Amino acid sequence: MFEFCAEPDTLGRIQWLSCYLTTGKHMNFYWSFLTVLVLLAITAPTALLFGFGGATAARSAFAPLRWFGKAYIAIVRGVPDIAFFLFFVIALDQLFEYIRHRIKCPDWVDPIWQGNDFIVCTAAKLPLGNAPQWVHETYGFFLAVLTFAIVFGAFAANVLYGAMQAVPRAQLETAEAYGMSRRQVFRRILVPQMWLYALPGLSNLWMILIKATPLLFLLGVEDIVYWARELGGSINERFTDYPHGDWRIWYFLGLLIFYLAFTRVSEIAFDRLTRRLTHGQATIGGEAMRKAAT
Amino acid sequence: MKKLMLSTAIAAFAAGAAYAESHSVVRMGTEGAYPPWNFINDAGEVDGFERELGDELCARAELTCEWVTNEWDSIIPNLVSGNYDTIIAGMSITDERDEVIDFTQAYTPPDPSSYLAMDAGLDVTGAVIAAQAATIQAAYVAEQGWTLVEFPTPEETVNAVRNGEADAVLADKAYLEPFSGQDGLVLLERSEMIGGGVGVGVRESDGELKAALDAAIQSMKDDGSLNALIEKWEVASTW
Repeated sequence: MFEFCAEPDTLGRIQWLSCYLTTGKHMNFYWSFLTVLVLLAITAPTALLFGFGGATAARSAFAPLRWFGKAYIAIVRGVPDIAFFLFFVIALDQLFEYIRHRIKCPDWVDPIWQGNDFIVCTAAKLPLGNAPQWVHETYGFFLAVLTFAIVFGAFAANVLYGAMQAVPRAQLETAEAYGMSRRQVFRRILVPQMWLYALPGLSNLWMILIKATPLLFLLGVEDIVYWARELGGSINERFTDYPHGDWRIWYFLGLLIFYLAFTRVSEIAFDRLTRRLTHGQATIGGEAMRKAAT
Repeated sequence: MKKLMLSTAIAAFAAGAAYAESHSVVRMGTEGAYPPWNFINDAGEVDGFERELGDELCARAELTCEWVTNEWDSIIPNLVSGNYDTIIAGMSITDERDEVIDFTQAYTPPDPSSYLAMDAGLDVTGAVIAAQAATIQAAYVAEQGWTLVEFPTPEETVNAVRNGEADAVLADKAYLEPFSGQDGLVLLERSEMIGGGVGVGVRESDGELKAALDAAIQSMKDDGSLNALIEKWEVASTW
């Protein structure tokens, strides 16, 4: 990056470090922070959406939909994350390719499963075999988002289901007495009030999601922990211009600070959100706020 | 007769075209954590013996190749499900793996695996031996009935010896050699003759890619460039 970096052996400590920290490999490390943040930014709302759908389905009056919602919550919550991440993603990828294969290559005669191999026609490959690497990476990233959203959506569904049950029956009854339809009660009374009950559970999920991002590497997305391990490991002068011993402790210390800072910021944000949602609610917290104001 | 020949020619051409189409880009899967075989260099790119070998094989077979890294643990499942087309990651040819995928002919001859330990006089029988999970070395230690500790990456196996979690690590000599002499680590005299050489892994259904790579490896063996490459990176004995 800097011009004086041509001869690393001759440099002073500060210069050496500035060169070392700006190698292409380190740039990948810095990018991976962005990857993780973007992943969280996309996954959290998607998972919440899945959760909302799951919770609504689980308390639906229509039986098949209710069974579906309950089955989703029970099955996904029961399967170990690591099994889910190792096998489900490959299965999901194969499902997409299988569907595309049926549509795009109707006159294909060879079996799709030949022994261990999974073979679809070239046009059905996802992404196409000759696509550039970044397309493959983006596709992998979205598979990761989807997998995270399905897993965390099941947990969120359970939290929201509980929160919906926690809204006092009296509130709903009053709304009914005013002549609101079931749908109106749901939209105007139940949903706005349930967030407060859901918030502690959702904040737990968010914290767990932050810490679950290293699972990304199982999906082929190189995350911050992967790069910290890769960069921190001792490396011989035969393979690098910047040989060093085992520096993983420093890299992991950096990650520790990152995670702690990130979770601290999240905590503050959740505190503010709780205070805002508590305002005007028929709960102990809401009552206390009302008294303090008068 | 003429018609028959013509139709065979067309069929052959069509098959060739289909092959060329499906392999307009060959994705080369590697681990990127096993120097000098394969590793990530300062620029963040795949480098090492297998990078150079793979690029040369692709040039000779007239293929366009792209490099992809994948964790060792899931390197075979991702090949068979088609996320990349080859495994070129210092993978020894074994019967167990051959049941799931196919291998080209070996590009490095079978080589003994070495032990790296803190104590040069260590008796490995009955010692605690570290090895990377799902490798021939791990299988060997388990077979001997010694205490095996497995790690997902090669780097961690060496660290296990450094911090005393294991008495020795069993791995390819070329990987362990650079560590010898660092922090009191030494290579033991004893070595184990395991594995059947290292080859490129391909899907069992991918016969044409296998044939193309086989031919390219053979041509590199014949003109001595493979030996030169092995010597340059000091990965194994030569042919």
